[in-house]
Amino acid sequence: MAKNLNVTIKFWKQNGPKDKGHFETHDLKNIPDDTSFLEALDIMNEELIAAGKEPFVFDHDCREGICGMCSLYINGTPHGKTERGATTCQLYMRRFKEGETITVEPWRSAGFPVIKDCMVDRTAFDKIIQAGGYTTVRTGAPQDANAILIPKQDADEAMDCASCIGCGACVAACKNGSAMLFVSSKVSQLALLPQGRPEAAKRAKAMVAKMDELGFGNCTNTRACEAVCPKCETIANIARLNREFIKAKLAD
Amino acid sequence: MWLFNSSIGRKLIMSVTGIALVLFVTFHGCMNVVALISGEAYNTICTLLGSNWYAIAATTGLAALVVIHIIYAFILTVQNRKARGNNKYAVTDKPEKVEWASQNMLVLGIIVVLGLLLHLFNFWYNMMFAEIIGNPMQGGFEPTDGFSYMKQTFGNPIFSCLYIIWLVAIWFHLTHGMWSAMQTLGLSGHVWFNRWKCIGQVWSTIIIALFLLVVLAFWFCPDCVGQCDFKLLPFAVK
Ligand code: HEM
Ligand code: SF4
Ligand code: FES
Repeated sequence: MAKNLNVTIKFWKQNGPKDKGHFETHDLKNIPDDTSFLEALDIMNEELIAAGKEPFVFDHDCREGICGMCSLYINGTPHGKTERGATTCQLYMRRFKEGETITVEPWRSAGFPVIKDCMVDRTAFDKIIQAGGYTTVRTGAPQDANAILIPKQDADEAMDCASCIGCGACVAACKNGSAMLFVSSKVSQLALLPQGRPEAAKRAKAMVAKMDELGFGNCTNTRACEAVCPKCETIANIARLNREFIKAKLAD
Repeated sequence: MWLFNSSIGRKLIMSVTGIALVLFVTFHGCMNVVALISGEAYNTICTLLGSNWYAIAATTGLAALVVIHIIYAFILTVQNRKARGNNKYAVTDKPEKVEWASQNMLVLGIIVVLGLLLHLFNFWYNMMFAEIIGNPMQGGFEPTDGFSYMKQTFGNPIFSCLYIIWLVAIWFHLTHGMWSAMQTLGLSGHVWFNRWKCIGQVWSTIIIALFLLVVLAFWFCPDCVGQCDFKLLPFAVK
């Protein structure tokens, strides 16, 4: 049976990257607990608009947990306390208590400047991918699926790495503003497969160089990233990236 | 050079200097245990590690490791603060998986440096340095009489307490540092992460326990330490 909840939303307002920003609050009444958190924010925005106020800006797209666009820091946790392995759009009001004040903040990291309110600019991730997160082999016509044999374990592991949706929660959670979990997942998804091996060394070097150039921090293995990753990426990927990178540099 | 201008390179410097320091600390811990058994044997080691060129070269190398480790600790911290940006979160919720030590390595390191300075003042200044400058009676004992210096230092409860705080800080630093160093070297993964963590925990606990044992024994039972007859020990130089 669905219950109804009354909560207060304390949300971050900021006019562009230079603005100092501040919190505002809004009371939401009688929200059914099977409403998604983003739907609750939609309801809040309708109420704000009706009251002649500016709506609250936040990112979202698929709302089914696959695109990586949603990005809110909710009550001190990136994506909020969802069920294990889920994004902000998969957070439901039943996870909150009656009368609770829910604090909503943007990803705060120098690498992700605020565009407006809780919408941040994550093009840095695209630039890292552009630096080497692909293969350039000419594949020609589709091959027989069994022509290149890949151990099941490697295929599964590569798939797990590929499931990183580039949301940036790892950066948001990291006290060092490090993007290593993202970059290592994107390096691993190719490094684990034979198709990715020819360019593995070049890729690791190029992506790490871009990550450093864009000002992301040095990883000190605190594991805050893997604790919040909606896709359950692990720091085993980071160890793999370190290995790939060090090997590549030593081979030069 | 990639070691200095890439994030993974800088981490590698931390990791390699850290591991070298762990090995040194391990050696030092084992050496101290000798003092519990035989004061005479301990002083033989002190003589061996006195002001000869090998010992001075090794000490210089060690000092370089410490200095590099500290310099990079600060470089990493400054860069990481900048990467984090100036906007602090109003609410943060620390996940259980995140160890306290991992978030406070610099603070722990600073306590370690302070302890190190005290330690250099207590021992190195009176022993190796006294020998180098040719003023052997600096601290009241022969510079190779490490055993007497230990009795004197740990007989003072203030010094003993400071050393205990120091040891606890090193323990915390190492419980994170040991697996972190392996992770940085890329020698970790789903399976080895848990193994390194366990090895690091056990290793740092044993070493620190050895140090603690020495401090406590010299503090509370100065008359029962180092009493074995040196000549009966298997490694005695006859
Ligand atoms: C007894 C002396 C010391 C030992 C044995 C030691 C050992 C280690 C080890 C093994 C690591 C892990 C390296 C890695 O993650 O790649 C480390 C990291 C670190 N150490 Fe030390 N250290 C010592 C003294 C210090 C001092 C004096 C400072 C600072 C003033 C310091 C600050 C740091 C910092 C900031 C890190 C980075 C945290 C990380 O990457 O995990 N350490 N240390
Ligand atoms: S590693 Fe996880 S937290 Fe980081 S961008 Fe990918 S999915 Fe998001
Ligand atoms: S909106 Fe696409 S993952 Fe949340």
